[in-house]
Amino acid sequence: MPLDQSFNGRSYPPTAPYQVGREKIREFATAIGAADPVHHDLEAAKAAGYPDLVAPPTWPIVITMAALKQIVMDPALGVDYSRVVHGDQRFLYTRPVVAGDDLVVVNHIEEILSRGGHDFLTTRQEVRTTADELVVTVWHKTVVRGE
Amino acid sequence: MAFEAGQVLPEQIFRVTRADLVRYAGASGDFNPIHWSERTATAVGLPGVIAHGMLTMALAGQAVATWAGRGDAVTDFGVRFTRPVPVPDDEEGTKLSFTAVVKAADAESATIELTATCGGERVLAQARAKVRQV
Repeated sequence: MPLDQSFNGRSYPPTAPYQVGREKIREFATAIGAADPVHHDLEAAKAAGYPDLVAPPTWPIVITMAALKQIVMDPALGVDYSRVVHGDQRFLYTRPVVAGDDLVVVNHIEEILSRGGHDFLTTRQEVRTTADELVVTVWHKTVVRGE
Repeated sequence: MAFEAGQVLPEQIFRVTRADLVRYAGASGDFNPIHWSERTATAVGLPGVIAHGMLTMALAGQAVATWAGRGDAVTDFGVRFTRPVPVPDDEEGTKLSFTAVVKAADAESATIELTATCGGERVLAQARAKVRQV
């Protein structure tokens, strides 16, 4: 069943704040083999001009994937999660995420398309601090494969 | 290093095993069973357990960090996932290869276009990273 087009352009309230922890950054960096000391060593991060450890570029997926549930789990939109494939992903930074950031995600539905029996859902997620500083904008395209 | 337009960057190869998928699942919070359960993966028509697309993207980002010589260089990073990356249940796992060309560069930033392959097939398209040069 195609997605409900009336969701196009919809915006959502911010998610609950997530505090970025040093150990989460270290754990994620280790899992992807990111050995640069700015991800692991506080002194190295400070020497590079940051207040705390720096998260690797795809780190925000930890919070944006969870935030996406606000959209894709809404039965009214009609996403069959068992048919979902990840299409595109983009991170556009204002500044790197650092440990100690208190972040919220603001979800927007940018586009809903049906083509060739498949549905394409493009979301834009603004990752902001609780002080409303924009840190990174994240685009995620979800493909719902047809029957 | 400072990038220059037209520069071809040296190939980087990453090996991904099932243990890497489990570790990434825990670190990222993505516990979709197609990334660790053969039974679930084959039931939905996949050849077997596949890597998280976001792990492939993270390794591409790691390749960029290595070329740039720093982990905080990326300011804009986008990819399209074109093909699954199957990861066999053995010691060798699977091999991901990344190459890249510098499309544009000035004193402040550079734009890098990546090619990611697994078993000779491209697994990413439109893979681009903008990095700061200062």
